Amino acid sequence: MTRLRATMPSHVPKHLWKVTVLFVILLIVSVMASLAFGARTIGWDGLMDGLFSPDVQSHEAIVVRQRIVRTIFSFMCGAALGVSGALMQSVTRNPIADPSILGVNTGAALFVVCGIAFFNISTANEYIWLAIAGAMITAIFVFTIGSLGASGATPLKLVLAGAATSAILSSLVTAIMIPRTNVMDEFRFWQVGSVGAGNWDLIQLFIPFLLVGIAIALLTAPALNALALGDDVATGLGVNTGMIRLFAAFAGVLLCGVATALAGPIGFIGLLATHVVRLVIGPDIRYILPLSAFVGGIILTCSDVAGRLLGSPGELEVGILTAFIGAPILILITMKAKIRAL
Amino acid sequence: MTNFTMQSIIAAKQKRKRRFVWLTTLLASISLVLCVAMLMLGNTIYPVSDVIRVLLGEDVQGASFAVGTIRLPRMLAGLFAGFAFGLGGYVFQTMLRNPLANPNVIGITSGSSAAAVFCIIVLQASNTMISIASVIGGLITVIAIFFLSKGSSFSIGRLILIGIGIQAMLTAFINYLLLIGNTHDLPTAMRWLSGSLNGAKMETLTPLVVAVFIFTPIILMLSKRLAILELGEQTATALGVDTNKSRVLLLVSAVIILALATATTGPIAFVAFLAGPIAKRLVGHGFSALLPAGLVGVILVLAADLIGQFAFTARYPVGVITGIIGAPYLIYLLIRINRKGDI
Repeated sequence: MTRLRATMPSHVPKHLWKVTVLFVILLIVSVMASLAFGARTIGWDGLMDGLFSPDVQSHEAIVVRQRIVRTIFSFMCGAALGVSGALMQSVTRNPIADPSILGVNTGAALFVVCGIAFFNISTANEYIWLAIAGAMITAIFVFTIGSLGASGATPLKLVLAGAATSAILSSLVTAIMIPRTNVMDEFRFWQVGSVGAGNWDLIQLFIPFLLVGIAIALLTAPALNALALGDDVATGLGVNTGMIRLFAAFAGVLLCGVATALAGPIGFIGLLATHVVRLVIGPDIRYILPLSAFVGGIILTCSDVAGRLLGSPGELEVGILTAFIGAPILILITMKAKIRAL
Repeated sequence: MTNFTMQSIIAAKQKRKRRFVWLTTLLASISLVLCVAMLMLGNTIYPVSDVIRVLLGEDVQGASFAVGTIRLPRMLAGLFAGFAFGLGGYVFQTMLRNPLANPNVIGITSGSSAAAVFCIIVLQASNTMISIASVIGGLITVIAIFFLSKGSSFSIGRLILIGIGIQAMLTAFINYLLLIGNTHDLPTAMRWLSGSLNGAKMETLTPLVVAVFIFTPIILMLSKRLAILELGEQTATALGVDTNKSRVLLLVSAVIILALATATTGPIAFVAFLAGPIAKRLVGHGFSALLPAGLVGVILVLAADLIGQFAFTARYPVGVITGIIGAPYLIYLLIRINRKGDI
């Protein structure tokens, strides 16, 4: 590692501080919006009461306090998916990798649905492990198919393998759901993700996984930078490419598996967040990873707010919105890419 | 060339022709058997004689309603939609010279589906309106995908990726429409996201049936040109085919029947993708697999619907069954393509 650091000058991106400040401001704005908007819009006074005066028991203050949970939960999911996307893009050296495009979160959803349907598993504590296992198996499967052949894992092959896998997995989810009318209400939750179910218990369950995932991500970051130069160069720099890929992929799958277990399959956050960050900060993965967490959280929280506003008086699941924002980005990236890169 | 070689060439050609005719007849017979089975089977099983009497317009106690009003529209919807998906899918796959570039994978059927749902939920439009809108939706999707993937130079890979992106958006849009329409019960959602024959009615079938009868002959007449287009742009031009005109005509015909099929049954998963390769493998070289592809589409849809209805304790919509059959085939195809080289 020391050798590696010596070869890579710790060059701090030009606008790092400006960008960080901007993201913090955006974060505060999105959190405020998430607290204020919904079926009932809360004014500034109510917002302040709910946040800073625990004694006030006005209707508005109580609503705000309830929304705090949802907001924290959505930010955590977004952060997990953002980091997961950044890791997957980096590991597969592929600009269009994202848990949803690779079908990984459908795999997590299928395992959870199987657990609920066949093994009477009902608590998030238990099915979080199923989701992680499902995500792992799917990731390995998709990557194996996508990297067959002489040219290795090209974006097109990976995406196609992901789309095919995703199609069969979601057919299976539907097939398991249809005869079980008792779980049918939850059906949509496993088809389109939502953060509406967030509560303190889920958040407490989420925290250790999120911390472990992000810690591994940050530890592998310098080596991932070397990996971006190509496997030969990375090996020359003393990086054990296989090990690093394994760890980084593990962290990525862990994060997306847990987020899917708790919020259902939410797509495109990883793709969006990583590309926004890379656009403003450059290619250094050490900065991309933490900022992707930030941006992922901001995007998911904003999408959730938009879903509440658009779907009012009910709400629109956030997974619908993220697909609608994320897919054009996928198209844009594809249009820009050189043909050989596909 | 000696007389002998000539004779053996002609003999081989005749042999292939016999094989083709035999195969097409076989596929048609299987389709027919499945059609009859669709009419006979259900909560009450009616004998063939009753079914025929109902079809001839006689009034049979009990059977008239079950067969005539419920099972017949369902069977016809499966028959015509399956044929349209098979035929349209094969046109796309052949024209783009890639089995992956089919209406399901690149999202053309979801374009039609989104337009149909929009008309039903937001505009509450008539059946005619829904048919027109689904055709326009399909055409716009095709044009958008081609336009976006044009770039500096055309590549199938780019086209497929952009198609997948567009499909993701359209699916999200359908989900949104179903949600604001408060019709997001499972059957409706299934119908518009992966296809189902439930709730097929006689009066909604007309546009699809008419279109299949008009455009199938057109597509079949162009089948020679399609075969030449398959050889590549330059060869086709050299052989005197006006590539652009043939291509546009084929594309529009295929999109129209695909769109109307989608407006009737929803985008039945993977039928347009599966039918072509299966038919092609059965037919072999030398003959256009268009008609067999349509028949394979029929067989797939009707067989999957029968399986979905009767093989399990719960009733599954046809799209779930074709999805479970079709996706592994897509994976198998990917593995084969990847092993061989690049897409």
